[in-house]
Amino acid sequence: MTHSGQNNTSIDLNQFNQVFFEECAEHLAEMEQILVSLTDAGPDEEQLNAIFRAAHSIKGGAGIFGFQDMTIVTHVLESLLDRMRNHEISFSTTMVDLFLEAGDVISMQLAGHRDGAEVCQEAIDRIRGKLQQVVDSGAVASSGGATVSKNEPDTESLLSPHSDSLDATCHHYELEFTPDPDIFKRGVRLESLFAELEELGQLVVIAELPASADFSTYDPEICISCWHLTLDTSASEADIRDIFEFVADVDQLKVLEGANHHCADTDGVTVEATAMVAGHEEFCQELARNPVEAAVETSPGRRAYDSNELAPGAFGRRTSEAESSIRVGVTKVDQLINQVGELVITQLMLAQTATSLDPVLYESLHRSLLQLERNTRDLQQSVMSIRLMPISIVFSRFPRMVRELAAKLGKQVELKTVGDSTELDKGLIEKITDPLTHLVRNCMDHALEIPEIRSAAGKERSGTITLRASQIGGRIVIDVIDDGAGLNRAKILAKAVERGIPASDSMSDEDVWQLIFAPGFSTADAVTDISGRGVGMDVVLRNVQAMSGRVAISSESGKGTRVTISLPLTLAILDGLSVAVGDEKFIIPLNSIIESLRPTAESLKSVNGKNVVHVRGDYIPIVPLYELFNMDARVTEPEKGILILIDVEGEKAALLVDALLDEHQVVIKSIETNYRKVDGTAGATILGDGRVALILDVNSLLQMRKKKAV
Amino acid sequence: MEVTHIMQTGQEITDRSGTDIASEYLTFTLGNEEYGIDILKVQEIRGYDTVTHIANAPEFIKGVINLRGVIVPIVDMRIKFKVGEPTYNEFTVVIIMNVLGRVIGMVVDGVSDVVALSPEQIKPAPEMGAAMDTGYITGLGTLNDQMLILVDIEKLMSSEEMQVMDQVN
Repeated sequence: MTHSGQNNTSIDLNQFNQVFFEECAEHLAEMEQILVSLTDAGPDEEQLNAIFRAAHSIKGGAGIFGFQDMTIVTHVLESLLDRMRNHEISFSTTMVDLFLEAGDVISMQLAGHRDGAEVCQEAIDRIRGKLQQVVDSGAVASSGGATVSKNEPDTESLLSPHSDSLDATCHHYELEFTPDPDIFKRGVRLESLFAELEELGQLVVIAELPASADFSTYDPEICISCWHLTLDTSASEADIRDIFEFVADVDQLKVLEGANHHCADTDGVTVEATAMVAGHEEFCQELARNPVEAAVETSPGRRAYDSNELAPGAFGRRTSEAESSIRVGVTKVDQLINQVGELVITQLMLAQTATSLDPVLYESLHRSLLQLERNTRDLQQSVMSIRLMPISIVFSRFPRMVRELAAKLGKQVELKTVGDSTELDKGLIEKITDPLTHLVRNCMDHALEIPEIRSAAGKERSGTITLRASQIGGRIVIDVIDDGAGLNRAKILAKAVERGIPASDSMSDEDVWQLIFAPGFSTADAVTDISGRGVGMDVVLRNVQAMSGRVAISSESGKGTRVTISLPLTLAILDGLSVAVGDEKFIIPLNSIIESLRPTAESLKSVNGKNVVHVRGDYIPIVPLYELFNMDARVTEPEKGILILIDVEGEKAALLVDALLDEHQVVIKSIETNYRKVDGTAGATILGDGRVALILDVNSLLQMRKKKAV
Repeated sequence: MEVTHIMQTGQEITDRSGTDIASEYLTFTLGNEEYGIDILKVQEIRGYDTVTHIANAPEFIKGVINLRGVIVPIVDMRIKFKVGEPTYNEFTVVIIMNVLGRVIGMVVDGVSDVVALSPEQIKPAPEMGAAMDTGYITGLGTLNDQMLILVDIEKLMSSEEMQVMDQVN
């Protein structure tokens, strides 16, 4: 407690760091996405600007948060991009790889700062060198070496503004500029003036305030300072005077060539501003604070230099307003979703109460309730959509991976994505990335053949991987389709036998394909760093099942394979069937239900005193829910109740319940918030009558049964 | 359903360091015994409503209820400590408490009063005496010749024998 006072005084920068890390990662992803999409023709203006903006934003952020190492790399990258923007350096395809590599280095640095991951200094130096090389070579080629065409704001000159990178034809000028006191009122921006001078050569600006300057009576609208500038440039005096053309009268500007006059250390207050580069406009702006410029702008109160920054397409700005967004914590969104869930329940309760009222007498009430139902449903949908994100976020990472893997494997691969705008829950987006990566790697490594084999088989030399997302009903379906060799039935069977997995030649194709989901299963002839270690399909299956999803495979020899992942739209809402056991209601997730049936006496058999039901050739064990949960049921004999067939990872069981009640969409609530984990349940929900119903977790139910049997 | 909200104002009569300032307790009865818990742990008091039973839970955990969208477990101390008859009627009261960041409901026979006890009114608990393990009893208070068993509700609810919370470590 004694330390709390001290802690409060220091500002916690970490919270902002997190925002920077997120933004930086986004910018890197954006950059990479554009780079990978580039064709040989090179980027168009817009793409180049977008890449530049990304690099610039990263640099700016890194500078603010004090990650100097990142600033240095992004800076060189930015310089190069800027020259490309100015058509001083032309695009070449090798640059794409160079930029991608630079992106990786920045990612590495980012990871270093964020997670404390290891940073390879060598890689940083290497990429800096490479980029600088391109910058230098391009500069010579375009400017002919006669003049320094543009003084790049590179780090070296930032740190030591007097570095001697000047041409032989260079002149040294001393300028004394005493502006008209009304200069600001005319809307003149001194900093842009200086920036223009900066382009001519090396500039040092010294502002001198008269000794009488008194800040208490200082009128910011009047320019009282006198400016001493030293400029080393190859330009002539006329060039310099040109810049001052509309700003200074002849007598206000004195230009001395080669003079050795230094005007610092006068009686007045002098402020030396050595950094007059573009990024330091603000600094200069503070010196020459001139709010009158605001009057020039349409909106008063906005500082003049904002105007440029706000212009569409300007430095670091995104062009489209449509992209504007607000960053909100996930917990806030979840809270909102919860509250809307409450509202839906309340609405259901009202609706249920209203059913007992005479529809004729209470007609207007019923109408209002209908309206309420519509409104709440719309509201719920809108709120749920906040958490939804386009799957393109996941898809966008694959072009690069495919490109690199293809190069590594000597294969030609084309990646197609369909349905990029399909939306699913943010939580699912995060979790689906790994399984999809696995699948795409598998396609690259195993499924697609090398070009020679493909052309021999009469196929196009270039293989195709298609990622397709679509929404079908309440589920999202993601297909990973390749036109490769297809699964090798014989090889899988042989491998299965070798690994002791029960398999036989008589199995149907579908069952054979399921074998590859066994842990450690791999038919790859050699283990590569891409895949083949056998940690693959079982992880995919497990991850997808953890999201209450399903995986299906179809494959045709020589034609290709299709892996289909189907996911629920969101994790917060579940489609369930409500069933009654005794006085209680339970919700069984629809995705685990195969069918429900009322068994006939003939279909019921007994094995070792345990009941099984005979359904279409399968003997399925009956699991009475009342027994598992130790409760009083109305129905204890299977033929009087309802059997619900469930499928858990290929294992089937028939749950015995008293009755089927209804099919609902339920909002999943945690029991563990205030209580502890309850075996056999995946949470709870609140029904229309306000009561709590437990949601069953069929997987853990079956485990409970096994434990009980022991 | 009658729900009484106890004012959860910050009017703490004690300050944490002060020893000679009285603390407030909510008193309730279990059978013939009078108990008291720290009023600041109490969120609200409500009537007993139908609960949803939890499979394979101990008998004294009646189940869970929906408290304005939050799933709240309900424990019946009368069953747990075998005092009084566990009857459920319109007078049965549930004290909803905030314990260690969790919301838990406790069924009691009745809520009596809110009393302020100064430290000199609280005596250490003797070994044995109440139905509860003395470990959960912070002391015995005396008020108008009536004995109050003061319970450390956090310690009680987080104890393993209550089985309300998953045991961490």
